[in-house]
Amino acid sequence: MINEKTLSIEIDGKNYNIPEGKNLLEFLLENGFDIPHLCYHPALKSIGACRMCVVEVEGSKNLVTSCTAEIREGMKIKTNSPLVKESREVNLSLLLKDHPDDCMTCDQNGNCALQDLAYEYFPSGKPLFGYMKEKRYEIDDSSEFIVRDLNKCIKCQLCVRVCDEVEGMSIYSMVQRGHESYPSTFMNLPLAQTNCVSCGECASICPTGAIVEKPSIGKARWNKVEKVKTTCLYCGVGCQIDVYFDPKKNDIVRIQGSSENREVNDAIATCVKGKFGYSFVNHPDRLKSPLLKKNGEFVPVTWDEALDYTAKKLIEIKEKYGPDSIGFLSSARCTNEENYLLQKIARAIIGTNNIDHCARLCHASTVAGLSMTFGAGAMTNPIGDIEFAEVIIATGTNTTENHPVYGSRVKRAVRNGSHLIVIDPRKIELVDYAELWLRNLPGTDLAILNGLLNVIIHENLIDEEFISKRTEGFEEVKKAVEKYTPSYVSKISGVDEKKLVKAAEMYAKAKTASILYAMGITQHVSGTKNVIAIANLAMATGKIGRPGSGVNPLRGQSNVQGAGDVGCLPNLFPGNQPVSKESVIEKFKMAWNVEYLSDKNGLTSVEMFDAIMNGKIKALFVMGENPVMSHPDESHVRKALEKLEFMVDMDIFPNDTTKYAHVILAASSGFEKDGTFTNTERRVQRVRKVLNPVGNSKPDWMILKDLMNRLGYNAHYESPKEIMEEISKVSPIYAGISYDRIEHKGIQWPCRSIDDEGTAILHQNSFSTENGLGKFIPVEYTEPPEIPDEEYPFYLSTGRILYQYHTGTMTRRVKEINDLRPKVEIEINPEDAKDLGIKDGDIVRVSSRRGSIEGPAKITERSQKGLVFIPFHYAESPANMLTLAAIDPIAKIPTFKVSAVKIEKVKVEDRV
Amino acid sequence: MEMEKVEILRSRIKEVKTQQVEKGDMILSSLHLAQELFENSIPLEAAEAIAEELDVKIERIYELATFYSMYSTKPRGKHLIRLCESLPCHVVEGPQIEKKLKDILKIDFGQTTRDGLFTLEQTSCLGICGVGPVMMIDGDTYGNLTVESIEGIIEKYRGDRK
Repeated sequence: MINEKTLSIEIDGKNYNIPEGKNLLEFLLENGFDIPHLCYHPALKSIGACRMCVVEVEGSKNLVTSCTAEIREGMKIKTNSPLVKESREVNLSLLLKDHPDDCMTCDQNGNCALQDLAYEYFPSGKPLFGYMKEKRYEIDDSSEFIVRDLNKCIKCQLCVRVCDEVEGMSIYSMVQRGHESYPSTFMNLPLAQTNCVSCGECASICPTGAIVEKPSIGKARWNKVEKVKTTCLYCGVGCQIDVYFDPKKNDIVRIQGSSENREVNDAIATCVKGKFGYSFVNHPDRLKSPLLKKNGEFVPVTWDEALDYTAKKLIEIKEKYGPDSIGFLSSARCTNEENYLLQKIARAIIGTNNIDHCARLCHASTVAGLSMTFGAGAMTNPIGDIEFAEVIIATGTNTTENHPVYGSRVKRAVRNGSHLIVIDPRKIELVDYAELWLRNLPGTDLAILNGLLNVIIHENLIDEEFISKRTEGFEEVKKAVEKYTPSYVSKISGVDEKKLVKAAEMYAKAKTASILYAMGITQHVSGTKNVIAIANLAMATGKIGRPGSGVNPLRGQSNVQGAGDVGCLPNLFPGNQPVSKESVIEKFKMAWNVEYLSDKNGLTSVEMFDAIMNGKIKALFVMGENPVMSHPDESHVRKALEKLEFMVDMDIFPNDTTKYAHVILAASSGFEKDGTFTNTERRVQRVRKVLNPVGNSKPDWMILKDLMNRLGYNAHYESPKEIMEEISKVSPIYAGISYDRIEHKGIQWPCRSIDDEGTAILHQNSFSTENGLGKFIPVEYTEPPEIPDEEYPFYLSTGRILYQYHTGTMTRRVKEINDLRPKVEIEINPEDAKDLGIKDGDIVRVSSRRGSIEGPAKITERSQKGLVFIPFHYAESPANMLTLAAIDPIAKIPTFKVSAVKIEKVKVEDRV
Repeated sequence: MEMEKVEILRSRIKEVKTQQVEKGDMILSSLHLAQELFENSIPLEAAEAIAEELDVKIERIYELATFYSMYSTKPRGKHLIRLCESLPCHVVEGPQIEKKLKDILKIDFGQTTRDGLFTLEQTSCLGICGVGPVMMIDGDTYGNLTVESIEGIIEKYRGDRK
């Protein structure tokens, strides 16, 4: 660890003060010394393998590798003495002797550390011992994503280390000895046959052409590409990525984790979607021009025609039926700036609070539950903080698949000594890393959470000081959880009593403990209550507001935090300010220069579809969402959309929802525009334009700006930067955010002024509630609205898998990803499969009271007996045909995680 | 048959786990056990069983199994012949012994006889230079080797075939 103390050392005759504990090589590089290195990376522990970074240290018998040097006071270092130079020359020659000289066809030509050094050290001659004469290894191109040609390997071990230290997979190890050693998979298996999760970090980090990205091969020479840093478009972790693109072809060539942002993605980390899921950008299906439905057919029109028509229809409907007859669905995949503009259109121009986005389907219960208890509905601690937690409870989060880069961090924390408790009905990957696994029945989370608190109170493990000083309402909760004894909870949930007690003790007794949760907690009728129960647990034990202790909901989409922050919620203005509060309304009237703003809470996205059915909503404006696929009870959604008088859909691809639109506005993807995303840890980060908008598409913010002007509102934003300036003026938690300040590293809100460095950990001294106290709220377990019975004997749970993303509009258009996971896999427990006579890969029909779908079965222990899991990515087997549209009464989130289904094997002759 | 062996291996590893030794030593002992059961090599199933039983990454097993020359991940013969290649054995007619061995077995170093009975390997000094040239067959050492005595020794092991 770096501390304040500095040591004085001499480098090439000049004095320097170096912080104690600082890596010498890092220090030399930062201070402009040209030190060659091949096996060093800021994300990894140094091992001194390549010996290129050697320096001469006075008094030392041998040359010292600066990446592993121990720094002492008064040390005298020469970085470029004849001895150092000679050593590097010999070393490099030894490496080159084992490396082919086929740079002309190598994919890494121009981006190869070894090539650069060879050019520098032997500009007009050959290395001392020549090059590799005979190739020794066969090329492994079995993977969809990665090609390994170990003839080019220089044994720096970066691939072995990144896979182990950052990704936590250890697919590679150095096998054989000495000169013969090389990085190999287990038993030298082809990569495709290993457990490799295709994060691609080995290809990102390889200094030569030994490991390269398969989809990039032959796309463009390195001297033809340019680089732009941006934020990954997929999940809420918000990985910072360097996108290399060919400006001539307006296409992305490859993506690598940026080395600048250790705090977010370990200065290298990516997952398969972030690293390889980019080729959708230029997919032929892209919407390249606005479309207008004429006589039932979509025909390309000019932007003027499309926007004039949209504006005319919106005004017409507003005048005819009133402002609340129009609903707006914004997008967690659009930028803060775009979401801000859309809610501004809804509120300031149309005059309705009917604006919502897909957080309703994922974390609405978090926003509600945590606001009620803590006063702020967001992740309390930063991403990196998990490594300070002595005990981690992961409940209802399949972290390694849905937030892979964060999942790797959890695995690393476990390796470094954190104790992991998993509470989940499915045997997810994290179970392998857990000390304790509470396998509960779906929908019984609340009983378990109350049960844990019951044990903690019963064993007097509560934090009395914290409860008395920082909170209120504990007594009621104490009373409410009295009946949740281990035996009672065990009967409800199916979890062994002893495990419940042990989990409660582990959590309460730990000095620091963090709870991670996601959809498994929130997507229930009792979603908000589940979240409150988690908050109760954290407050009762004082596990909040400190490093390593917090409540951490993991957000699913790149900007789902931000979309809510900037006001795309029916009850909140930008910056979480209530629409019903008069002072807030006055403030926004001034800021937006309008006379009327509605003080009535708008409808949530699920309610909007009911309102369409009963005729209250006549027009719908959809930006980058696909409710047909993502909402529960698909046929209900379809019926509603058919009923609309007017619908406008803004998207990058045609999808199941755009079919119902009257106007389709062709938007540009996240790689084609500027803006910001706010990640799961509240960090506002830059999104940068990499490519020019594809076809005649336009960035959403530009479309919205043009529409605003057509709707009679003067909007003059030259760039998203100006929109952010406005956001920071109206929302106090964003007050200190500006593009200049987040140029290199994002800032975590609340950030209240330009001097404020942001807030890493929430609720440190007081909660964000009005009186600053955390509020205990008693919550009672109730049975899920639909549980298995004789007719529908199985639990159905829905969710995501590692390779695909949400409704698949992007990932299913990435060839390599879709080749790997082309079809839905219906996960069934082996015993159930046996009972039903189903074999792996058999086509099965899953039916609920709402509909039925077909797809191949995957027999796996991941599903417990009686539970079926279906990912919702696949339009041809839409899991949401089956789900129940019952919603949480507080947050209005649907219950995606529990419904009842039956399964039958489809006989071949039955198939149409 | 193979599955049975894996089960035997698992139960032996469980015994190893009861010993008060470091995990690294447990892995090495388990690798030896695997070689005893699987004719001098460590097949995939055995490595998987060790990884599971000892809760280590399977790649680590492979790393160790390839690092030490006493282990092999490639199939080897039922009997392992290791001829000393060090200088003291070399100067007392080691090369002649080597030639004779190769003639009898009709294989080179690193190869296995067609009948799967013998694998011939080289080894560094076995520490009994006083009786060189020396070789080891499985766990037994043979010193003062002569071109004449070799055949008889090998024949003894051929008897096992029945």
